[in-house]
Amino acid sequence: MEGTDLISWMAWTWPTACFFGFILLCLIGMSVWEYAAPGGGARHGILGLDTTRGDRLFISLLGSAFIFLAWIGLVNTTLWAPLVIALVYAGVVFRWV
Amino acid sequence: MNKTVNQKAWFLVLPVFLFVAFNAIIPLMTVVNYSVQETFGNNIFSWSGVQWFQDTLQSDRFHASLGRQLMFTAIILAIEIPLGLAIALAMPRKGPWVSVCLVLMALPLLIPWNVVGSMWNVFALPEIGLMGRGLNALGFDFNYTRQPGDAWFTIVLMDVWHWTSLVVLLCYAGLVAIPNDYYQAAKIDGASAWAVFRFIQLPKLKRVLTIAILLRFMDSFMIYTEVQVLTGGGPGSSTTFLSIDLFKVALGQFDLGPAGAMSIIYFLIILAMSWVFYTLMMRNEAK
Repeated sequence: MEGTDLISWMAWTWPTACFFGFILLCLIGMSVWEYAAPGGGARHGILGLDTTRGDRLFISLLGSAFIFLAWIGLVNTTLWAPLVIALVYAGVVFRWV
Repeated sequence: MNKTVNQKAWFLVLPVFLFVAFNAIIPLMTVVNYSVQETFGNNIFSWSGVQWFQDTLQSDRFHASLGRQLMFTAIILAIEIPLGLAIALAMPRKGPWVSVCLVLMALPLLIPWNVVGSMWNVFALPEIGLMGRGLNALGFDFNYTRQPGDAWFTIVLMDVWHWTSLVVLLCYAGLVAIPNDYYQAAKIDGASAWAVFRFIQLPKLKRVLTIAILLRFMDSFMIYTEVQVLTGGGPGSSTTFLSIDLFKVALGQFDLGPAGAMSIIYFLIILAMSWVFYTLMMRNEAK
């Protein structure tokens, strides 16, 4: 991907740009959610932790990163299966943790 | 009474946000970009997908340096936390010796990391160093430049010397903050010194101990300068921790792609372990 000299050193690619775009969208989405329903949706989940929506997003993203790493290290580099697992995991975290 | 909602204060955070963006977020994004590409320099990159991640995760060299890093951190925490706590408990709480002790404790923290490495390099040399020569004179066959066990001993000792003070100062601050009423109540109940420590001091120190463990965990997990100056990762690769290995890959071999993948894995491990530590300790505190 070609860029101007100012950002060419950052070596942007479309997949990584999409990834960071997704993170940014998550943060904007969480801000909107917080604006619509203030208080962070705090609760005591199944892990025995007191979590807010932000905590649950953090746990989802961090856990998903490890799901991808485990898949890449142990299985192969095709990422559709870990993507599905990560989405299911994030759903579980947001529903019950 | 209606509470005034004024979100304009967020603009005051903007300079900090921009600063963090420039020194942390943009470099991190660049590392992520590097980690999925191959480069031969001159800002020319080609896509390589998650190949570097797979290579790193399946590499024996990475497993070995991660293992060494984990072992070093475990040893450091096992020594520095109890030792720091013990020294803090033994320090005077009032009188002229307080300042003397605090200054003495703060001294190692003021020395730059590369100077600490150089100092211990000379101090532990078997031919001319006070420690190295002294140990050999006592009959030990000590040579940290040739024997991995000796290199580990020296590095651990250096880190304990350099960083236990931080634990001491944190614990001391926590101890001084405990109100005298608790001790008076314990005295009236006839509590032993152990009971005072177990049921008053330790619970009150939980928060500072959490901070101390987290700081020492993160710092020791990222240790680089002192070890690089002292042993350079040797002898062989016996003290090549993850940070030193990463440096060799990134700047020694100039393999930016594999180094990027390694950095992200390293970062995720630190992030996850710090989160687990913090969550477990805060959870116990909530109970």
